[in-house]
Amino acid sequence: MSEVKFSKEHEWIKLEVDIATIGITKHATEMLGDIVFVELPEKGSSVEKDGNAGVVESTKAASDVYTPVSGEVIECNQSIVDDPAKINTDPENEAWFFKLKIKDKTELDSLMNKEEYDKFAKDSGN
Amino acid sequence: MEIKKTALNLLHKKQGAKFVFFAGYEMPIQYSGGIIEEHKATREKAGIFDVSHMGQLFIKGENQLAADLEKIFPVDLKNILLNQSKYSFLMNEDAGIHDDLIITKIKDGFNIVLNAGCKNSDFKLLKELLNNKYEMNLRDDLSLIAIQGPKACEILEKIIPGISDLKFMNGNSFTYKGESIYITRSGYTGEDGFEISIKNEIAEIFVEKLLKEGGKLIGLGARDTLRLEAGLCLYGHDMDINKSPVEANLKWAMSKNRIAEGGFIGYQKIKSQLENGVKRIRVGIKPEGRIIAREKTTIFSEDNKSIGEITSGTFGPSVKAPVAMGYIDNSFSKTDTKVFLEIRGKKYPATISNLPFYKKSYVKGANK
Repeated sequence: MSEVKFSKEHEWIKLEVDIATIGITKHATEMLGDIVFVELPEKGSSVEKDGNAGVVESTKAASDVYTPVSGEVIECNQSIVDDPAKINTDPENEAWFFKLKIKDKTELDSLMNKEEYDKFAKDSGN
Repeated sequence: MEIKKTALNLLHKKQGAKFVFFAGYEMPIQYSGGIIEEHKATREKAGIFDVSHMGQLFIKGENQLAADLEKIFPVDLKNILLNQSKYSFLMNEDAGIHDDLIITKIKDGFNIVLNAGCKNSDFKLLKELLNNKYEMNLRDDLSLIAIQGPKACEILEKIIPGISDLKFMNGNSFTYKGESIYITRSGYTGEDGFEISIKNEIAEIFVEKLLKEGGKLIGLGARDTLRLEAGLCLYGHDMDINKSPVEANLKWAMSKNRIAEGGFIGYQKIKSQLENGVKRIRVGIKPEGRIIAREKTTIFSEDNKSIGEITSGTFGPSVKAPVAMGYIDNSFSKTDTKVFLEIRGKKYPATISNLPFYKKSYVKGANK
């Protein structure tokens, strides 16, 4: 089981060899409220670290989704597009957003581990 | 700025409310279950809303007051029955809407329920328009509680026997804990329901009782999705000082005899708009798929002309699809007309839809 890392924008990333699975954290979903719409990046497109990689909308408002690392989008989770409520139910497993073939593994170095993220989320309160 | 709290603030906290600042008040946007759960609880059972931030204005007077108010509001107040309520507007000479409101004939005058964000300016303006002739009180010693949904009547009847006899848009005085309370059968969710005006001191104990009988507290978040599905306007968004009741598609709320006779503020403009038509009008809009069109989204025609703007939009939990309202060039306002919405730089298809999106289930005896 590989280590999961976290970004300040409340995304989680799990790396297996050079394939990264990315989603948003439970803390993020709690802040957002009921999610009713999600837009994912296009399969085959390239995304840049900290760049825009989709949108989630709750009953309240829209929020951008960022990618914590650069790479090529190789798969998107259509099941959360069809049923966005899944993101609230199981954000850190079944409701992953997209998978990237990553360009540069060192981009992960600046990300937080679970303990650091939990503290960050608690302190920032957002 | 001082942040105001309603008499139910502590109860909201106990119930796990998340708060927002709204019109100077700290108000619950949602409780622990979330907006969709609260929305569904209202549609399926009964939702309790703290709307104490809204203005409760009392004006004392007899026949002359009704005549003077008719010079302001486009409704028939000479023939209004005791305890009957009417939806109306406070307008300027150009028929722009200062506020939308509910006016009720009570024993010694009129009660007017005003939007929270407008109540102080409305009060000043009305005082001026009435030349200071009448005793006017904007009561902050009273709370206003709404209970809405198919079980609202049953729940409230257990606490206040007799309320089930009230007809839609009618009220009466009742007694609770030895105090007089005033209840109207009305609301803003598209459901049958009641609004209860009650002394601050007994508001919390009253709401606790509603909760015990099966009601659920509902925040401003679900209040917004509920009213949007019901096709009802939110002041400051779907109507404002730059839009008239005709443009807001609320012609029905103006009494026929008043439109025929005139004699109220904004009449010339209303008359001309009714005779010549309006350039833009409020419509319902259904985006295709799940895309949500928020306020300020531009509406385009099939040939890519900018033809209007969304004034509110969200996901409708009961219609299970996104819903929106907006103002559109009148020549595109026909139901089922295809339009496009520009969201984050891309254009998405949508259709003009009849309102409401969600069918009302008001009790019989409705009078408009």
